[in-house]
Amino acid sequence: MSANSVYKPQHPFMQWLERRLPIASLVYSSFIVYPTPRNLNYWWTFGGILTFMLGAQMVTGIVLAMHYTPHVDLAFNSVESIMRDVNYGWLLRYLHANGAAFFFVAVYAHIARGMYYGSYKDPREVLWILGVILFLLMVVTGFMGYVLPWGQMSFWAATVITNLFSAIPGVGDPIVTWLWGGYAVGNPTLNRFYSLHYLLPFVIAGVVVLHVWALHMVGQNNPTGVEPKTEKDTVAFTPYATIKDGFFIGVFCLFFAWFVFYIPNYLGHSDNYIPANPGQTPTHIVPEWYYLPFYAILRAIPSKLLGVIALLASIVLLAFLPWLDTSRVRSANYRPLYRQFLFVFFLVVIGLGYLGSQPPEGGYVIAARILTAYYFIFLLIILPLLGLFETTKPLPNSISESVLHKGLAAGASPPSGVKV
Amino acid sequence: MNGHRSVALALTLVAALVCALGVRMASAQEQEIPPKQRWSFAGPFGLYDPQQLQRGFKIYREVCSSCHSLKLLAFRNLADAGGPGFTEAQAATIAATFQVTAGPNDQGEMFQRPGKIADYFPPPFPNDQAARNANGGALPPDMSVLAKARSVERGFPWFIFDAFTQYQEDGPDYIHAILNGYEEPPAGFTLPPGAQYNKYFPGHAIGMPKPLSDGQVEYTDGTPTTVDQYGRDVAAFLMWAAEPKLDERKRLGFQVFVFLIVLTGLLYFTKKRVWHEVLHQS
Repeated sequence: MSANSVYKPQHPFMQWLERRLPIASLVYSSFIVYPTPRNLNYWWTFGGILTFMLGAQMVTGIVLAMHYTPHVDLAFNSVESIMRDVNYGWLLRYLHANGAAFFFVAVYAHIARGMYYGSYKDPREVLWILGVILFLLMVVTGFMGYVLPWGQMSFWAATVITNLFSAIPGVGDPIVTWLWGGYAVGNPTLNRFYSLHYLLPFVIAGVVVLHVWALHMVGQNNPTGVEPKTEKDTVAFTPYATIKDGFFIGVFCLFFAWFVFYIPNYLGHSDNYIPANPGQTPTHIVPEWYYLPFYAILRAIPSKLLGVIALLASIVLLAFLPWLDTSRVRSANYRPLYRQFLFVFFLVVIGLGYLGSQPPEGGYVIAARILTAYYFIFLLIILPLLGLFETTKPLPNSISESVLHKGLAAGASPPSGVKV
Repeated sequence: MNGHRSVALALTLVAALVCALGVRMASAQEQEIPPKQRWSFAGPFGLYDPQQLQRGFKIYREVCSSCHSLKLLAFRNLADAGGPGFTEAQAATIAATFQVTAGPNDQGEMFQRPGKIADYFPPPFPNDQAARNANGGALPPDMSVLAKARSVERGFPWFIFDAFTQYQEDGPDYIHAILNGYEEPPAGFTLPPGAQYNKYFPGHAIGMPKPLSDGQVEYTDGTPTTVDQYGRDVAAFLMWAAEPKLDERKRLGFQVFVFLIVLTGLLYFTKKRVWHEVLHQS
């Protein structure tokens, strides 16, 4: 654990390169000797998983793009021809479609971890805001990707979501026409969505670089929320974090493979195997599962404009968490009240997800309104007040102390100095 | 502190109650649930039964194909691995029994010729308008991906169990149910002109007349010639038409699982070894 050792090139070529482009020492300091807190749990592996998924989506997506035709008359059949005639085309498409879903599984786990352990707090505000920007970019990219197969749900999702902009007073309708490239969702819409769906992942990759850069400036948070103080509190990124991430990427891939190989259409909607038909509206238009909580918030509010504002606010407010949360203690492990309210918040988001999948009528609307109210009350009222009134538990003096204390309390390891 | 805890708990309870209430209210207008059938292609090792696909194809050819197209399938697909198991020669013979529009020829005319193995299944009607006109205004849907384009609303909590039990056969279940769901309309139910009553069809008024009756299609392998059996066979055939790579997918899936379990296991033990020192020092 010699964390501050410096890269010294041995080979003459590497010495030559080092004086011109110190890329080897950048990799060395960022991904090899970079100190990471020794007490990180598996919730910290989702960053690595997300990077892996972004790469996987790009590789499968680029190959799919070689076979896909972005035209309203040909798109549906070109996807089917990928499924039937392209070598392993079925595998590429199922990997890509389910990959999007698992990308969101990972990002929700990553966000939930950040909220639980207060990873957004000083000095990690910029890191967190970059994360919210990444999430927004993912939402937009995923939505545009869902439109490309040009099934019924693709078409009607595109219609519903682009129509949200018509709620903007005054300029709403011209904006929607401009987005569509016409007076209805049509070929120009499909073409630009395809173009942007190909572009945005590279924007995401760029922001990921900033996200990782910011992370390496401030260091990782950890389950105690106490900053590492001595060398004893950290371990080197390689091999410790790399092997741990690697193992958990393997576990994640097992779940992923379960869906890809055995229930590849479980997360999709059967209506998307019906070619897009502008003349026939499906009985229920539902987005992909990962947007359902936000869809429920949108529909919970009777006014269209206010609904759209609430939808946007539900994501944008997350960027202000560092200031909405007034507590000086980071980790929910030491904040008994915050922990309760946060778990309710997580349940509320899951509940909203369920309600988003149901028709907007009767009891569902009332339930969605109550849960939406909690969503915003939690962020805007409970969080700021909790920091002022909550009695927190005593924090450990250091990461090492918490690790040692935990071991002793559980009776898992013998007193210090004795090796097992 | 306990007071706050109970506030949070109470909030969760209220939310749960409201959700439950919502579900209650929505399930008031229930639809008949198609009964689950046994499918050879269900589960992680389930594959298509070529005999069943051949029987299903016979039904498509003799009954369904007079109204329903199968545009995305070519005759060559009949000889593909993981399909009905016809030989290439058999597929070519089948193709030759269909008339296909080809051309234009040197005179600029379209013409009819017997199908070749590379041809796609010709549609029964030249366009949707002609299809509607011949079917009392209803459009018989293309059957290429029909088995994946139909589903059964599973509801909470069943949809969660389905992820574990790998239930993916609601499309074929639905098709089988529709074919067996024709009955006399109950008293007081007024059918629109030209429609039939079907127990499983959403809204019950279906445009398609009862397509199959017992003994209508001849089987040479001794399989019972009942509507129930016909329904299963043609639904299996349509599932294959919609998902022709299912056998390949499940075989590869098993290999991927073996690989991933070994890899993840090795990574786990390596991780344990690497971290051993860190976890057992003070």
